[in-house]
Parts: sequence; structure tokens; C-alpha cells
Amino acid sequence: MKATASGQRERLVIVGNGMVGHHCVEQLVERGALERFELHVFGEERQRAYDRVHLSEYFAGSCAETLALCEQGYYASSGVHLHLGEAVLEIDRERCEVVTAEGRYGYDQLVLATGSYPFVPPIEGSSGNARLVYRTLDDLDAIRAAASQARRGVVVGGGLLGLEAANALKSLGLEAHVVEFAPRLMPVQLDGEGGAALKAQIEALGVGVHLARATQSISAGEAYRYRMNFDGGEHLETDLIVFSAGIRPQDALGRASGLEIAPRGGVVIDHHCRSSDPRIFAIGECASWNGSVFGLVAPGYSMARNLAALLMGETASGFTGADMSTKLKLLGVDVGSIGDAHGATPGSRSYRFIDEANSAYRRLVVDASGKHVLGAVLVGDNSYYDTLLQYAQNGIALPADPAALILPQGGGAPALGADALPDSATICSCHNVSKGAVCAAIDSGCGDLAAVKGCTKAASGCGGCAALLKQVFEHELTARGVTVDKSLCEHFAYTRQELYGLVRVEGIRTFNALLERHGKGHVGCDICKPAVGSILASCWNQPIMDPALVPLQDTNDTFMANMQKNGTYSVVPRIPGGEITPEKLIVIGQVAKKYDLYTKITGGQRIDLFGAQLHELPLIWGELIEAGFETGHAYGKSTRTVKSCVGSTWCRYGVQDSVAMALRLEDRYKGLRSPHKLKFAVSGCTRECAEAQSKDIGVIATDKGWNLYVCGNGGMRPRHAELFATDLDDETLVRLIDRVLMFYIRTADKLQRTSVWRESLDGGLDYLKQVILDDSLGLAAELEAQMQHVVDQYECEWANALNDPEKLKRFRTFVNDRRADPDVHFVREREQRRPAAPLHLIPTVEEAV
Amino acid sequence: MNLSHVAVKTQENWQAVCQADDLVADSGVVVWLDGAQVALFYLPELEQSLYALDNRDPRSGANIIGRGLVGSLQGELVVAAPLYKQHFSLQSGACLEDAGQRLRVWPVRMNGGAVELAVA
Repeated sequence: MKATASGQRERLVIVGNGMVGHHCVEQLVERGALERFELHVFGEERQRAYDRVHLSEYFAGSCAETLALCEQGYYASSGVHLHLGEAVLEIDRERCEVVTAEGRYGYDQLVLATGSYPFVPPIEGSSGNARLVYRTLDDLDAIRAAASQARRGVVVGGGLLGLEAANALKSLGLEAHVVEFAPRLMPVQLDGEGGAALKAQIEALGVGVHLARATQSISAGEAYRYRMNFDGGEHLETDLIVFSAGIRPQDALGRASGLEIAPRGGVVIDHHCRSSDPRIFAIGECASWNGSVFGLVAPGYSMARNLAALLMGETASGFTGADMSTKLKLLGVDVGSIGDAHGATPGSRSYRFIDEANSAYRRLVVDASGKHVLGAVLVGDNSYYDTLLQYAQNGIALPADPAALILPQGGGAPALGADALPDSATICSCHNVSKGAVCAAIDSGCGDLAAVKGCTKAASGCGGCAALLKQVFEHELTARGVTVDKSLCEHFAYTRQELYGLVRVEGIRTFNALLERHGKGHVGCDICKPAVGSILASCWNQPIMDPALVPLQDTNDTFMANMQKNGTYSVVPRIPGGEITPEKLIVIGQVAKKYDLYTKITGGQRIDLFGAQLHELPLIWGELIEAGFETGHAYGKSTRTVKSCVGSTWCRYGVQDSVAMALRLEDRYKGLRSPHKLKFAVSGCTRECAEAQSKDIGVIATDKGWNLYVCGNGGMRPRHAELFATDLDDETLVRLIDRVLMFYIRTADKLQRTSVWRESLDGGLDYLKQVILDDSLGLAAELEAQMQHVVDQYECEWANALNDPEKLKRFRTFVNDRRADPDVHFVREREQRRPAAPLHLIPTVEEAV
Repeated sequence: MNLSHVAVKTQENWQAVCQADDLVADSGVVVWLDGAQVALFYLPELEQSLYALDNRDPRSGANIIGRGLVGSLQGELVVAAPLYKQHFSLQSGACLEDAGQRLRVWPVRMNGGAVELAVA
């Protein structure tokens, strides 16, 4: 029977529910397409769309549900008709219908997103467990079943997917081998040296690599089930064989219905993804554009986006090809390939860096003029990738010594500044915003960063580009002769430093008093309230749960815990210096067990407990405080941890008792509120096991006392701390730290880490030394006294809150009901719970599917 | 379905959800309303002191709006969603940064010591 179209809506049918087909649905739904179309999606597999890019995680603990690209009810709640396990068998172009085993469905427009299938070369004797493939969850189940009886597995094909498959065999506990026809691994992306470096790394991981081998036949083995006979007389025995020798477009429906098919397969499409039949479109790996089939997910997504825009009548720019540059981790090894990786362009020249000790390799291909990057190959370290890609994609002129771009980076890697970027440079890759688009937004009247973000959507995806966006924004404003407004926000025409001065000088103790005297309006906002809250705490150190201060805090400070993506909190008790008794360790374990908290050791030598709901926080803290714990301030812009090595009490190299010093520092500065978080470390000797030189305050023992390092940072923008003073005794060390920190708190901008603050100081390190060591401003005594005041006022915020029924009232999920939030769901993974299906799963690594 | 029913103005039906002293000044709390989660914001110094919005953040899918920071932007009273910091108007529920996001709002009033929501 033929289903009839209902209402006025046209009927749009999508065949295929893989990554690209699903992305197309998402793009359509986002554009409000369901008001115009009745949308039917047919999937051959039983599962709804899942993440094939991360398929090998299926053997590392992920399940079909974790890999799913959307929540269970997404299609139904969006109003899309999803037909799973219902393969389309035929397209009847004359009647505009698709035919399945269940019936016939009419279409006004049809989208083919059928993907590809694995190519299995015809080899005598390949069947059963000697003819497995690696593409779908069903394929993986078959591999898992075969592996249960096996000791050794072979993958035929040393490309991207083949190495992924080898990783899968390895995680199933098999001895894994890769057999490749070409003389190197990943022949498409890598050159000879790159392939050799990758081979060395993979072999070191215990995977056998057999290059330049063609399998002639498969016969019965002796020690293992099968024997693979290679031409040239060699052979390899194995219990199972997975073929991953390339993909072929799944174009059977198009062929059978007479659509134009490319010579090398794939439904021929134009730049609007339209096939030779104007009612039928094709996207992803089943399509052939300009003679090419794209075996990566990013070009497929780009086609899906373009098609969705076209179907909705938007002016679509069209699909204009895709950059096949790729960056990924294969078996844990970084591999990157950009543009013309093989140097195939006439006249091109290459720079190469070969590190045989670590099997690392980098190649930079430049054009004949030596001015522009054409391509690159990276094996072993992808940290060079982003900068090289910017050079290649944006045609940025190379520095005088191009080799510097691939040589090992010392302290100052040549990063690109805002002014060096061309208008075409991508600032935000989540929303594909170029520098030109940011400039256009500024020219059209966006006068502040928030307006630029709102207008372009830049920095509203993962947020990783926020700093770069700010840099570009300020640089462009300055270039336009506009004075950059450094007001805190619309309510205060002052910088943080100026407000800090006002609060101290005038003895202001509440937000409202400050707003009344120096601000505008009656309410404030989420920028000025936490900033002023932090200033008040730095100056006066009143408990942050005081009624006048509560409304100032961001949610993490308000509830004294860290909110995670599903709205639950994580809890971090203080473990000073990373030292903990077995009794206390047991208590943490018992609490975590009782409240079923996901438990993870942090980088700061303490323990993070995840998944607590609001109403559970006081119960959890009641038990922790009972056992002698204090809050760890992991939620605040404040002192986090003082990391330490074990020091001279145990270590044969230690020259000072680093743990005792760490305990002293952590006890002194715990609870100190500052413009941003503060991390400390103390190492007991010059071997620096506590990594003190990456901290805001680093202390390293010498045989005469302590060396003090300041303003280091790890994280997104690493900076080595600088040596500030040497061979200090305990008292002097503490006094200098008091001064440095208080001076930072007085003069830093909001949310400015010590490293950025230090770089912004006119006069640099010498100036800081004059102020702190020589007391050039006559401030030293005041800074110390101020710190002492903050130290004397310390009180554990959690202990304070638990003693106050008024404060506890806030810790209710619902104020009129005792139930927990019914929408918080967990699944179990590696014997602990974690949030159920990601709320918005965006694949971050885009590679072959 | 008879479409003409849609246009009929529904009778406002006030339902008590919590007590005045459950509220936290200049901040939010959440009430359970027959399966819905409603965030109540209380700004005692303003003429309109109570606002009621859907507690679910459309961007993250988590029920967290009631734990957001209240402020004003260009004269508009807003709450900042705690995870990704987008702002919603307390009055209309509209998102200032993204026209595609909007929170449901409920009429809300103080009646004696009780906080009441208008339910359809």
C-alpha cells in the first residue's frame, strides 16, 4: 500500500541513518524543516545512528547506547518518522516511491545517505572467521564472537581503518597483526619516513606489521586455525582475519534505478548534492562529487549542512570539495596529514625532522617560492598540527626559517598573533567563523565582545577559541582607532583593580553599597557580581554563605561544589599536600560508595567525587567533616592545592622536607580568594618531581633552603614559572609568598591567572622583584598584614553552612518536594556510574568512517 | 479537533507551590509542579518581585536554571544559565543570545504567605 502525504507538507525521505544521514536530520530539524516537510528516515541497521568514528571504543567498554548520536527519543520528539531495520530495496522513480519489505512510501524529494561498504578482495579460501569486516556494530559483534576462541588476529589493510581494527583486536586481548599491500602504513596520508616512524611506534606496542605482502590464498593452519599464503612464498598463521582494504560507495539503489554513477562508483552529484534526477540527492560516502568519493565524516557533514540549507530555501553556498587534512590517534600514536603531504606539487620542497630515538617524524612541504605551506606529515606529536593547518589553509606567509615550525619547541613556540591571521582564518571551528566574519560584525556595530559572540556565534561551541576571539576583537578595535573599553561590565565603569581600591579604601563590605556608590542600576549581572564577590572575599574574607554574599556567587561558589554537565556536582575534600591517612582514605571510599559517586584522582593530588545531587551535598559533607575533612575550594577562584613530592623524609635524593612545607603553605593559604584559581607545589630537590615550575607559586628545595618560582601555568597556555628568589629560609619564603599573592590580588584583572598578570606588568619580572624584594612601593608591610587578616578569618565554609539551618535550606532540589531530580540518569561504565548518553554528542575527531 | 477551542482564553487557575520563606532573596529556588520543574526568582526590592521560568536549560538539557545568577543586561532582568552562561529574560523567557532558545514562563504571585503559580 502507498502511504499518503498528510496535510500541506511535502514528503522528504532520507535513506540511511548513519552519521551523515543523522547530521542531515539534525540540520533540518534545527532549521524548522518539519513545518514544511513530513520527514521519513529509513535505516537498514537495527540501531539508530551511532558514532562510527569511535567504533573501536565498543571493545573498550562503550555500548551501542553510548555510541548513539542522539538521545533515545530524539526522532520521535522532533516529529521525524524513523524506520529502523527497514532497508529500502528499490526506488521507483516514475511513481516517486521507495519500496521496502513493509510497503511503498511516496516521496516529493529523496536523499540517499547510504554510506559505503567494506571492500573485500577476492581471495581463495576466505570465508567465515577468515572474512570478517569492520564497519557496523553487527560486524563488531561478529569479531567479538570470533575472538572468543582466538589467540591471534590479522587485519588486512594498513590504512586508517585497518589500524583502528588492529586496535580493536588488541583490546579484545588478541595478538594483533597488520598486513599491508603497499610498502608502508597509511600510504594515502603518509610518506615513506612517516610510515616508517609509525611502524616503529606500532611495533613497540606489540602489533606485528607486515608490509608489501599480497595474500594469495587462505588455507588451514597448523598452530592456528588459518594460514595466509603471501606471494613470494611467506605465510602467516592466524585464528581470524579482518578485511579493511578500503571502502566502496553503497550506490546499489542509485544504479538499479538508473541514476548516473561515477566510473569509480558513487552517485554523481553536483555542488548542490543533486543527482541526475532533480528530485533525488546524495550525501556522504555514497556520493561522487567531481569524480571523488570522500571517506571522511567532515565532508559528509558539510554536504548534509549544504543540502539542509538548500531544501529550506536558504541561499546555500554549495559543496565545493573538502580538505582531507586529518589528525588522529591510532593505537595511541599521534598521526597528522595536511594537504599535499607527499610533496606532489611540482617545484615543492620539504623540510624534514626525524627523531629515531622516539620514532617521531615531521615533514613540512612548501611551495617553490618557499613562502607558503602546501602540506605536512606528522607522526608521534600532533601539537604542531593546528598552527601548520592555519598556515596551509589560509596561505599565511611563512617565517624566515620555516623549519622552526616543525623543530622541537623550546620555551617560546612561534604561535600566530591576531594581526598575522588573514581574513579567511578560521577563529571558531565549531561554528565555522572566520576572522573576516568577526571584523564584519565589528563594522556592523558590535561594540563589545558579547555582541560579537551573539552575532557570529563564535566561541559559543566548545569555547576553546574565546581567548583568540578576544585578542582579535581588541586588536581590530584598536586598529579602528577605538579605545578598548575596559569597564568591568555595563554596571561598573571601572576595572577590577580600580574596584578593588575603592572597596579597600572606603571599607565597603557589600555589593549593594558598592553598586550604590560607584555603579549603575540596582541589580548587577553575572559578570560584576562574582567579580565583586571575589574582591570582598579577598579583602574581608567573610564566609561566602553570608546572606548578602550568596546572590553574588556563581553556582559553584553558591553550592560549594562543581557543577558538571548534567547538573549534578562533584565534591573535592582538601587533602593538604596530598598526604592522607589510611583511615581518611577509607572514609572517602565509604562516602563514595554510599552515595554511588564516580571517583577519580585529580592532578592536584586529591580525590574528586562526581554525581552528587544538590540535596545530597550537605549529607556528604556532614560525613566528610565528621571524619576531619575540610572543603577543598575546588569550586572557587581560590587556592586549590599544594602538590608535593615525598621529600627528604623518604627520598634518598631529597634535601628538604617538602611535605611539611606543602602542609604549611596549604594551611596558610587555603580559602584565599583571588582573581583566578591558585596552584602551588613544593619539590624536595632539584629533580622537581612535584612540577613546581608549572605552578602559580613553585617552591624547590636547595641544600641551603628554598628557591621560589612565581607565575607559572600548566593548562591551555603553559608557562614556566620564573625564578624569583633563592636559598630562602622558611619564614622569608612565606613572607615573600604573602607579598606576591596579595600584590597579585590587588592589581590583577578579573579572571586573570598569575602568568598573564605577570606578562602584563610594565617592567616585567624586575619590577615585580623591586616591589616585593626591595619594597619599592613601601607596600610590603601592608601586603603582609592584609594576608594575615585573611588567614586569621579562615573558616571551613562547609562546616559553617552545616551549622546554619537557614543556609541549608538552599540545598533542596525542590523546595516543595523531597524527590530527587527525575531527569538525572546514569549508566555504569568500568564499574562506576557516569551521566547517561551525552546530551549533545559532537564528534571531536573527524576521520574516516 | 475543533480549532476554534484553541483561541479560547483559559481561566487562570492559581495553585500554591511553596511558602514565602522558601524563597531566597535575589536568587532562585525550584519547585515541583505536577511533573514540571519551575524556577522561582525573588527580587524583593523590585516592583515585580517574583518570576517563574522553566528549570530546564535547553542548551545542556539539565535542570539548572533555578541555580543561575540573576542580573540585568541593558535594562532587561535576566538569569544566566550556570553551565554555558547564556542569558534568559526573567519576564519573557527569551534567550538574549539565541532566538532558538526560549523558556516557558508562568504567571506567579504572592498570596498571603504562599507563592502561587497560574496553571492552565
